[in-house]
Amino acid sequence: MSAEAGLIVAEPIAATTSIAPSAHGRRLTEPAAVRWTLTLVSLAFLALSLGVPLTAVFVEAFANGVAAYSEAIREPDAFDALKLTLLAASIAVPANLLFGVCASWAIAKFEFPGKQLLTTLIDLPFAISPVISGVVFVLLFGRQGYLGPWIAEHDIKIIFAVPGIVLATIFVSFPFVAREIIPLMQASGTDEEEAARVLGASGLNIFFRVTLPNIKWGVVYGVVLCTARAIGEFGAVAVVSGHIRGLTNTLPLHVEILYNEYKFQAAFAVASLLTFIALVTLVLKTIAERRTHHH
Amino acid sequence: MGIEVKHLSKGFGSFVALRDVGFTVNTGELVALLGPSGSGKTTLLRIIAGLEYPDAGTVLFDGEDATERSARDRNVGFVFQHYALFRHMTVFENVAFGLRVRPRATRPTDAEITRRVTDLLKLVQLDYLGARYPWQLSGGQRQRVALARALAVEPRVLLLDEPFGALDAKVRQELRRWLRRLHAEIHLTSVFVTHDQEEALELANRVVVMNEGRIEQDGSPDDVVERPATPFVVNFLGNVNIFHGRVQNGQALLGPLAIDYPEHPDMEPREAVGYARPHELEIARTEDGAGLWATVTDVRPTGALVKIEVVDEDGRPIQIELGREQFEQIRAVSGERIYVKLRRVRVFTH
Repeated sequence: MSAEAGLIVAEPIAATTSIAPSAHGRRLTEPAAVRWTLTLVSLAFLALSLGVPLTAVFVEAFANGVAAYSEAIREPDAFDALKLTLLAASIAVPANLLFGVCASWAIAKFEFPGKQLLTTLIDLPFAISPVISGVVFVLLFGRQGYLGPWIAEHDIKIIFAVPGIVLATIFVSFPFVAREIIPLMQASGTDEEEAARVLGASGLNIFFRVTLPNIKWGVVYGVVLCTARAIGEFGAVAVVSGHIRGLTNTLPLHVEILYNEYKFQAAFAVASLLTFIALVTLVLKTIAERRTHHH
Repeated sequence: MGIEVKHLSKGFGSFVALRDVGFTVNTGELVALLGPSGSGKTTLLRIIAGLEYPDAGTVLFDGEDATERSARDRNVGFVFQHYALFRHMTVFENVAFGLRVRPRATRPTDAEITRRVTDLLKLVQLDYLGARYPWQLSGGQRQRVALARALAVEPRVLLLDEPFGALDAKVRQELRRWLRRLHAEIHLTSVFVTHDQEEALELANRVVVMNEGRIEQDGSPDDVVERPATPFVVNFLGNVNIFHGRVQNGQALLGPLAIDYPEHPDMEPREAVGYARPHELEIARTEDGAGLWATVTDVRPTGALVKIEVVDEDGRPIQIELGREQFEQIRAVSGERIYVKLRRVRVFTH
C-alpha cells in the first residue's frame, strides 16, 4: 500500500528534474559551425599525433613482408624478452593488487595517524621520473650501493638481474590499483560493512560478500592499467637491467636495442606486439570503466 | 531481552557525545531516544549495537556484561538511517544475508532459508519484490527491506536509527502505523532514535529525551508532555510561551504575572522562567484568575483550532490556541484588549 503511495509522490519530482537539465543544455549549446570546427580540430590533431604513428608502427613492422615479421618476433632474444616482460608483470600486478586493496581499505574505512602521508606516498611513482626510481634502486642495491656489500656477501643479485627488473616494475606501477579503488571505497562508505557485521558476518565474509562486489570493476580497471604500465615500462627498467640479451632484456628494451642496431623492421615488429597489448588494454579498460559507472 | 546501560561516556576527539548516560529498556518495550542532532542519541544506539565502543561505562544484555562483545556476537537487529542495503544483491539476498553468513553448523538449509525469507518478505508486504535490486525500490520499500533483513537473524533486540527520517510525510505516517502494529504482534524489545517528537510520542511506550550527551528526562509519553523535567524538555516538545522573572516569598513574579510558588518560600530572590503552551492559555473579557492584559494582534482559524497572537503591555508576543467552540464564545478581534488567563504555568528556577 505504502509502496504505491511512495511512487505516486515520487513522480512529479522526477518530471521536474528531467525538464531542468534539458532546458539548461539548450542554452549552453553553441552554433553548429563552432561545434563542427571544434570536433574537426580535435579529430585532425588525434589523427596526426596518434593515428599516423600507430599506423606507422604496423606499416613498418610489415615492411619486409609477413615472413620477416614472424621471423623477427620468433627470434630467441625477442622471445626471451617477451617472457621476461610477462614474468615481471605477473609478479608486479598481483603484488600491487594486494597492496592496493590493503591500502585503499585502510585509507577509506579507518582513521589513523599518517593517513594523509600514506595517500601522498601512493602517488609518488606518478610524480617522479621512472629513471630516478631506477637510479635509486642502483644506489641501494648496486655494487657501490648502501646494501651492496651485504648483498654481495649473501650472493644475491638484484641489479642487472631479474629481481631488479621486478622491483622497478612494481615501483612504477604500484599506484594504479590503489588510486582506482580508494575513491570507490570512500564513496560507498562503511554502512554496508556495518550492516553485514551486525548481521553476524566475519571479516572475510564482509570483504568477499560486501566490499569486493562493490569495487570489483574498479579493481579490474586498476589491474588493467597496472598491467599496461608494467609491460610498457622503459625508464626505470632500463637503468637496472644492464641490457643482457636473453637474460635481462624486456620487450621495450629489446625494441631500443634493435633500433640502435639499425634493424628497423625487426624493431617495429616487436613494437607492434607492445602496441597490440596496449590496444587490448584499452578495450578492457573501456569495458571496466562502463561497468564501474553503471553500478 | 532487557538492556541496561550504565555510566556511558564517549568522546570523538574534543567533541563529547555522551556524558555519564544510564537507562534501562525492559523486555518487550518500544523506547524512543529523542533529541536534536548532536545530542548523542545515535552514538548511544551504536554503542548498544556494538558498532561503537564507549570510553567508559557498561552495556548489559539481560544482566550480562556485553560491553566488550563484538557487534557480530550481540544478536541485535539494526536498521540504518539510510537503509545500508547491499546494492549488488536482490531484495531476497539482502534478507537472506544474515542466515547465509552463519557458520556451517548453525546455517539453515537452502530450503529453510527460502522459507524464512519468503515469510519475512510477506510480513513486510514485499514478497512480490524479491527479485528486485535496492535501486529499483522506493524509499518506503527499502526501509521495509532493511527491517526484514534485520529481523531475519531473529535478533533479541531491534535498534532503529532515525527509521523514517529520509521519507516523505505520507509514507512516514503509514510506516509508523505499520511498525506499531508489528511491535504489537511480535513484542520485540526495540529502541529507536528520532529527532521528531511526534514520532516518539506516537510510537513509543517510553521516551528518553537527550540533549548535549545527557538524558534530560526518561518517562512515558504522557510524562514528558505533561510533566517535563527540565526547561529543555518543555522547549523541545512543542511550542511554548516563555515568561522570565524571579521567585521570592513563595511567589513567582514573571513580568506582569504573579503566581503562587510554595517551593521557594525564602526572601532571597532567584531567577526563574515560566513556560506555558499555547493550548494552556485562555482569553476572557474580565480579569479572572492568574493572567495578564494584552492586545490581540492576529486571529487565525486553522481547522479545529483557532490560533491567536497577542502582545502584552511590554510588547512581547504570546501565542494562544483555542478550540473553535471555546473561541466562538468570546470572538475576540484584532486590536481588542483582552485578559489572557493562564490555566497552567511550569516554573523552573536557575
